[in-house]
Amino acid sequence: MSIISISKLSKVYDDGTNALDEVNLEVNKGEIIALLGPNGAGKTTLISTICGLLKHESGQIKVDGYDTVTEYRKTRRLIGLVPQEIMLEPFETVYDTVRFTRGLFGYPENRKFLEDVLKKLSLWDKRKQMIKELSGGMKRRVMIAKALSHNPKILFLDEPTAGVDVELRRDMWSLVDLLKNNGVTILLTTHYIEEAEMMADRIALIDKGKVIFVENKDALMARMGKKELTIKFKSPITKIPESLSNYKLKISKDRLSVMYAYDTKASRTGITRLLRDIADTGFVLEDLETSQSSLEDIFVSLIRK
Amino acid sequence: MNLYAITAIYRFEMARTFRTLVQSIISPVISTVLYFIVFGAAIGSGIQTIDNIHYSAFIVPGLIMLTVLMQSVANASFGIYFPKFLGTIYEHLSAPVSFLEITIGYVGAAATKSFIIGMIILATSFLFVPLSISHPVWMVVLLLINCITFSLLGFIIGILSNNFEQLNLVPMLIITPLVFLGGSFYAIEMLPSFWQTVTLFNPVMYLISVFRWAFFDFADVPLIYSFLATLVFSLICVSVIFWIFKTGYKLKN
Repeated sequence: MSIISISKLSKVYDDGTNALDEVNLEVNKGEIIALLGPNGAGKTTLISTICGLLKHESGQIKVDGYDTVTEYRKTRRLIGLVPQEIMLEPFETVYDTVRFTRGLFGYPENRKFLEDVLKKLSLWDKRKQMIKELSGGMKRRVMIAKALSHNPKILFLDEPTAGVDVELRRDMWSLVDLLKNNGVTILLTTHYIEEAEMMADRIALIDKGKVIFVENKDALMARMGKKELTIKFKSPITKIPESLSNYKLKISKDRLSVMYAYDTKASRTGITRLLRDIADTGFVLEDLETSQSSLEDIFVSLIRK
Repeated sequence: MNLYAITAIYRFEMARTFRTLVQSIISPVISTVLYFIVFGAAIGSGIQTIDNIHYSAFIVPGLIMLTVLMQSVANASFGIYFPKFLGTIYEHLSAPVSFLEITIGYVGAAATKSFIIGMIILATSFLFVPLSISHPVWMVVLLLINCITFSLLGFIIGILSNNFEQLNLVPMLIITPLVFLGGSFYAIEMLPSFWQTVTLFNPVMYLISVFRWAFFDFADVPLIYSFLATLVFSLICVSVIFWIFKTGYKLKN
């Protein structure tokens, strides 16, 4: 069941840039969907338009069945946004700034709830500190705390781990996991493909304002992903023997190994026969290694199309 | 109505005032005391009375207006410009709040600050001059209306400004001259007839005139004109703010 439904959404900036071009997208309740795309593809514009930060020319966005323009009060209460950049009032304390956001979203102060949020983000000890006294990573945590201050059903994370250290990145991943387990729908944009690969249930590829495809991550990996077998030899080979020409092997630069691409889903991978044929040629094997193409490889290949 | 949002904005803005107490409250009060010394004691010794009102007392409404109008514009314009400058305005635009609620929060806080300053200046003036207020309720009501009206103007300036220079431009180049030339320190009838006519086009003159009436039961122009001028000015400000939020001008692309 979809919690966000976007149909024929178009957005043109004042300078004429067609940022979104008839975008259609359904986000399912409780899932993590990763929006991938190169810089300027329209990822942030899409998020900003759903949240109400930008106006759209045509199309419709519905959040939990409510229209984001005519029923904005209902839709916005459901959404928490963590923008790409750190934007905080430097002279406010951590607690006050999080409480401010909760109030803005129409909720009374709830000390217990805010305490829980701050504790989850390791901010409770710093609640009385001014924002300007915090490190960059801590400020990023405050941004997340603000987005969670009204207990949203949907969380938009726009490049949440850009420029953060490993520890915070891992904390963030754990938090996303926790939120997902609590039923929060998460829409994530990231440049770290491995992040999307690790966290997302579905991948949406967006480029030049158009959604190229939306697909289950595992299905995408299976469909687009290739496995490769690297066969290393004791001594260099000058050319592929005629008896191995059917395998479309690629010789490495140092000529000490060959690569064989195969489909794991195929009824026969051809590996057993290949190894037998190599043995018949008299080449002495040193080692075997397999690797799988990552989401990043898939992403790059799709963008280049 | 999202009352929690209004309260949150109001509380956040008032907290800024208390963080910057010297700049927000003490500084304008010191400036006013200096005005009392220069205009009331030094220059005032040569004028003595205007319409049987001691000059030192005569300038009190004008002085309060001068500070209150400047502070209302400055507080409200800074209040909304700062989130724009920092980028934190994204929260307001993505929250379930209407233009009216945002305006009430910011304008309410700015008007409260300037009202407090106005009352402090009034209290201070009792230390310098013998003062009686003919219509105390009207005085408070008028002060409140002017605080709100000019906070609305400041709010507009804050939204339209692209940098800190523009933020200070309107108060410095428009509000200050209008207040000085609107009869803060003199009665309009003291001017040559040509300048009296020119002054009639100064909206601030109507505000000072009716405010002075609340103190001394004496006004430069009929009260109805002053009330109409205040009403029209407020309506213009509200309409402009409504248009800004409706179109997203300078707020949303």
